Amino acid sequence: MLGRKFILLGLASCLASSLVTDALAKAPANPKPGKTQVSKVAVKPVAKKAKPGKTAKLVTPLAAVSTAKFAVATPATRLPAVVSDSGPEAQLVTIFKEIEANRLGNALQLTDALLSQHPNYRLASLIKGDLLLARRQDIQTFGAMTGAPPDKVADLRAEAIVRLRGYREKPETKNIPRYLLQMQPDQRHAIVVDTKRSRLYLYENDLSNGGRPRFVADYYVTQGKLGAEKVSEGDKKTPIGVYHVTSSVPRQKLADLYGSGAFPINYPNEWDKRQGRNGSGIWLHGTPSNTYSRPPKASEGCVVLTNQDLDIVAKSLQVGLTPVIISNSVEWLSFDDWAKERNELNKSIDAWRTDWESRDTERYMRHYSKRFKTNDQSLEQFAAQKKQVNASKEWIKVKTENLSVFRNPGKEEVVVVTFDQDYRSNNLNNLMKKRQYWLREDGKWKIIYEGSA
Amino acid sequence: MTSKSLSQPRFKQLKTLRAIAIGLTISFAAPAFADNLPEVQRLIKQGQYPQALEKVDAYLSNKPKDAQGRFLKGLIYTEMNKPAEAISVFTKLTEDYPELPEPYNNLAVLYAQQKQYDKARTALEMAIRTHPSYAIAYENLGDVYAKLASQAYDKALQLDNANATTQNKLALIRDLITTSSKGNVKPTAATPTVATKASAPTAAPIASVVTTTPSAASTAPTKVAEAKPAAIVAPAVAPAPAPAPVAAVAKSDGASEDIAKAIAAWASAWSRKDVKSYLSSYASDFNTPKGMPRKAWEDEREERIAGKPGKISVTYDEPKITVNGDKATAVFRQHYKAPGLSSSTNKTLVLSRTSGKWLIKEENSR
Repeated sequence: MLGRKFILLGLASCLASSLVTDALAKAPANPKPGKTQVSKVAVKPVAKKAKPGKTAKLVTPLAAVSTAKFAVATPATRLPAVVSDSGPEAQLVTIFKEIEANRLGNALQLTDALLSQHPNYRLASLIKGDLLLARRQDIQTFGAMTGAPPDKVADLRAEAIVRLRGYREKPETKNIPRYLLQMQPDQRHAIVVDTKRSRLYLYENDLSNGGRPRFVADYYVTQGKLGAEKVSEGDKKTPIGVYHVTSSVPRQKLADLYGSGAFPINYPNEWDKRQGRNGSGIWLHGTPSNTYSRPPKASEGCVVLTNQDLDIVAKSLQVGLTPVIISNSVEWLSFDDWAKERNELNKSIDAWRTDWESRDTERYMRHYSKRFKTNDQSLEQFAAQKKQVNASKEWIKVKTENLSVFRNPGKEEVVVVTFDQDYRSNNLNNLMKKRQYWLREDGKWKIIYEGSA
Repeated sequence: MTSKSLSQPRFKQLKTLRAIAIGLTISFAAPAFADNLPEVQRLIKQGQYPQALEKVDAYLSNKPKDAQGRFLKGLIYTEMNKPAEAISVFTKLTEDYPELPEPYNNLAVLYAQQKQYDKARTALEMAIRTHPSYAIAYENLGDVYAKLASQAYDKALQLDNANATTQNKLALIRDLITTSSKGNVKPTAATPTVATKASAPTAAPIASVVTTTPSAASTAPTKVAEAKPAAIVAPAVAPAPAPAPVAAVAKSDGASEDIAKAIAAWASAWSRKDVKSYLSSYASDFNTPKGMPRKAWEDEREERIAGKPGKISVTYDEPKITVNGDKATAVFRQHYKAPGLSSSTNKTLVLSRTSGKWLIKEENSR
């Protein structure tokens, strides 16, 4: 009477199906990882042309769910043991696989196990509700309770989708987010957030390997209610850009909303201000006590982790140092491409330095964009001042140390260069931390902003 | 107009029909005792639980392992609203007789009453594991799953328990636990029409037991198969939905049965101090004493029942029931016991039938 009833968790069917096949049968990825494209707007399941051998079995009844087409550029090959799967993704994947195979008993058992680990895990509770209800009656949809608030179900469904996708599409270890061109030696870790995927990637500065970023782990994150690309105060969006952790607020000083800790970042940075963006109080922080996890889009603009994940990530954060780069769609480079871009920039920076030392203002000013300006000077004023200063110099020595180079996410090709500048000359010595924004103009890297950091 | 004294009012005073049917199933399944158990069952039916407990304890002192005796003891505790004791009895039964599904089922009913749905689920799943075709356990389990699902959804979606949909659900569950005690029409409730007639002439406990449990017997698998009195069982189960073509006499018998059950539920709710259930025994147009406002009367009843410290016991002698269409009169001697007060009165209840349910319209004591 209550035997195995036919159950269709649309979500499960659409998400779980291709997990195994993809993960195992996948050829080792595209040689050139290009840009990530994630489309989830289409109403019809997207064709499989994108990936040969992809067997995404998409189910129609739940168009909104089944349309998640998985990105192409970040292959889902399993990573070696460096990956810490602290989150519930692996369990969710297994649960959905069991559901898909109609082994609902197993699925329920696994869900109960997950809930015993995280009693406040709403997504798991919803799945549990569905699995129990399915024993009583046929259910047609994810969150099958009559009268379930559609917005809340949609939130949980969205969480399930991004979590499963995040699990499937872990970045390849051999690829590098193109933003992390160069970390300064004392930056032990860097954080890259992908808002489209609701994912935070933790990278280590592998000094033994020439400062190549090494993937450590990735985590589910929540972003602003209205998504990314923050522009103004109160727009409920998460900023996109190159930031760093500016301080740490301990738990006991925080409201429950922020969970187990908070790490403010320096939004709006120089670039944001230049673009006229405003707002404040963008933090990385934890999750309130009444839930294990928040929906993908729920914050006022902050990047939110589960408390468990925040506590792990916190161990890698250095106040004032750790870069936090937020992108709406992380781009990945092969090691060769990454090394090439890094060299190119290092050369440009070094050419700027030596041209400065040459005291030839014209040569020096070739490194500056027509759009250049500082906080208080236009290009002309800046050039005039340099010319005047250079005229008084017999010699100039410039050293750049602790150099970091991070590419700014976005359409424009902008990199953020930060270094300790050791300026010496016959009549003046000066030590400062400088930050420059370089823009690629007509194929050449030019400085568009500089100032003290 | 027919008048009939119910010599053997069945399904009296018990909280859930599902539980009761099972109680009798077991006696059917293990009929090898004859001692005092029929007497115990009679006392249970009459709501004389302390006496029943005394008898069953005496019985068990000779046969401490006896499953039937212990099962009845569990039922008595359940009726006396001693869930902890009842759970203990049924739990030990499941340990000693893991092959019996009934103790598991009743454990589940008790757990469900305490909202321990996970335990209820486990118990029912055990019942089904031993007896895969056990319909009652399945039905209960379905309800428990629904309740668990509802809890999970509440958690997942942070539903306010006060909102409409949730309330609906809770009402559903209340149904699972208490409906049957109100004696409204359920398949199992329809069976006694036949059962009464069959059992009335005989005093033999076994026969009585057999006939009262046709529906349970039909679902009880294997071991009782050859004993199953198919001829009796089949018709009893079939006419479950009310409008079955039954003779006029049978009809009024059915009404008497229903009324007896309504009275049993009323007395039981009173004894349990379950004011909500108690008040639900009264018609909306109940003639309140001295014409006092309904609300005032309800408040007074609540205060006198729920507000009373200590145990209340309400039992009664066999009622004389007179049915006339949708009206009926029940006359009986009522025994009321509470700390510091013990009284016996002659009571007359006038009942009326509204949408298939017998409700108290007037209540008079002499």
